[in-house]
Amino acid sequence: MPDTTIRDTSSQDAAYNYAYLDEQTKRMIRRAILKAVAVPGYQVPFGGREMPLPYGWGTGGIQVTAALIGRDDTLKVIDQGADDTTNAVSIRRFFARVAQVATTTHTGEATIIQTRHRVPETPLTDGQILVFQVPIPEPLRMLEPRETETRTLHALSEYGVMQVSLYESIARHGRIAKTYNYPVMVNGRYIMSPSPIPKFDNPKLDRSPALQLYGAGREKRIYAVPPHTPVKSLDFDDHPFEIETWTECCALCGSTESFLDEMIVDDTGKRLFVCSDTDYCESRR
Amino acid sequence: MYVAVKGGETAIAHSLDLVADKRRGDRDVPELSLDQIDQQLGLAVDRVMTEGSCYDRTLAALAIKQARGDLIEAIFLLRAYRTTLPRFGASEPLDTTRMVAERRISSTFKDVPGGQVLGPTYDYTHRLLDFSLAAAGERAEAPIAPADATHALPRVGDILQRDGLLEPPPSRNHGEARDLTRDPLVLPASRPLRLQNLARGDEGFLLALGYSTQRGYGNNHPFVGEIRYGHVPVSFVPEELGFAIEIGEIDVTECDMVNQFAGSHDVPPQFTRGYGLAFGHAERKAMAMALVDRALRAEELGEAVTSPAQDEEFVLAHSDNVEASGFVQHLKLPHYVDFQSELVVVRALRAEVEKRLEQAALAQAAE
Repeated sequence: MPDTTIRDTSSQDAAYNYAYLDEQTKRMIRRAILKAVAVPGYQVPFGGREMPLPYGWGTGGIQVTAALIGRDDTLKVIDQGADDTTNAVSIRRFFARVAQVATTTHTGEATIIQTRHRVPETPLTDGQILVFQVPIPEPLRMLEPRETETRTLHALSEYGVMQVSLYESIARHGRIAKTYNYPVMVNGRYIMSPSPIPKFDNPKLDRSPALQLYGAGREKRIYAVPPHTPVKSLDFDDHPFEIETWTECCALCGSTESFLDEMIVDDTGKRLFVCSDTDYCESRR
Repeated sequence: MYVAVKGGETAIAHSLDLVADKRRGDRDVPELSLDQIDQQLGLAVDRVMTEGSCYDRTLAALAIKQARGDLIEAIFLLRAYRTTLPRFGASEPLDTTRMVAERRISSTFKDVPGGQVLGPTYDYTHRLLDFSLAAAGERAEAPIAPADATHALPRVGDILQRDGLLEPPPSRNHGEARDLTRDPLVLPASRPLRLQNLARGDEGFLLALGYSTQRGYGNNHPFVGEIRYGHVPVSFVPEELGFAIEIGEIDVTECDMVNQFAGSHDVPPQFTRGYGLAFGHAERKAMAMALVDRALRAEELGEAVTSPAQDEEFVLAHSDNVEASGFVQHLKLPHYVDFQSELVVVRALRAEVEKRLEQAALAQAAE
């Protein structure tokens, strides 16, 4: 097998601290992470910094990763499941540059995996950390725009509004038509946004042996799901939670169990389905 | 095979080269210097320093050059640099009565102690394109009256305040103002924190909100008590000295807006204030900020909160253009996974409806 870990030591900027953030900031972020781990699913406000990448590009995840990363780590970055999408490449390059960290595309080799919109298909293991980039950390935001209100709703576990919205979806469509960013209940206490992962990935969050950290840079919130914590996707007894299925299989590796991206391959609209998780797909070919 | 919108290292590297190339433009045209930007695009530098929360003309000029004149991008660049700088502490509050004013006007009184000083303003220019500027050439220097740096310049507000007609400014014991760039915004916010947010806020956003109050969405009957622009000294108390020393001078624009307040059964009617402050010469920004500051005091002053400009959470959460620009533009990032999920469910829902319609049609035909 070829050596896939790449180490770039050539170009650290002397003007910046290791992993970009100064040590006081890292300490502040680590304190927020510890609190988040201690109260699973609770959104901890933190002093999010302005990063050299734009808001919406994963500044929350980048700050969490920057606070965690050390020279012994191996970093994997994915966007939409793929290691080779532009934003994943850009963030991986950023850490290779400011933290001289080894990077990999293999899920099994990574100690830290920063992700946008997917959970890897390959099951995660003890000691791995999955860092999610989160655009809107508040699961109730689209039902109640005010932070002052949603904070109270969480404090009182007053989640009727979410159940009603799911019920309305069933009344209108005959099913829960929410497909990504599907709300979950963490440890039986807090409703949490799993970030815009497809609901296909929600079951992977439940009792995962890996630590899940969620960073929202623009909204300045960090939350966490510690290893082995129950994460339940919201549903009703007569409308149990279910995930997407495809009648097709992956055109490249033949998988029938992975999340498939659809490609339009010619002008007549002919379609092809391939795994969204590029590492998983390549390892099966 | 298909061509997916996936780009690797090479594509990004080429894209960066293209940006650099576009930035330089036609090589036959002389390159801009930072001094030229600072001196000849000074108001752009002022805006970038204000919303970038960093008073450094050279860095702001560099950011403008690097951003090819896109000021929001320049603000972003300056902030991303500023965030890595260590904090030495907070300066003493600026005393703007010690300002050496280049411009100072009041629209509430014909004459005020210290006088009205029109200074450099576009207010009374005719907006006719000056084609003589299209050609390079020596420009005559304007005669400048020596500024009076010896006398303090009293605030118009202080005069009204003496008669109890205007509320006093807030006392100084608000405590140490939190730093929005270090701590997350917590709502409800104190007024110092709100002002900090507005000072960094997007000029266009504040302008539209301020304007909306004038058009009846939370009107507060504003008058320009005073606008002043000039240099003020900045003082700092180093821990090892224990007393204030002057560390430099900065240019600021200050707007003290005087607003009507009806009073109540128990409180006699009194004018209230809205406050705006910006780096450099930025009157539009300072005035818009003052209007919005006053609008956000609605609850404190017992007014009904009915309009967007009065809604603290709405205003403070959406004023920052670096945040807004990032989140709006992140829609350019791939979303195929989310879209795929939506496709799957929309197809399933469509199939169900079509099946139902088909069955209904069959049933109808059978009858």
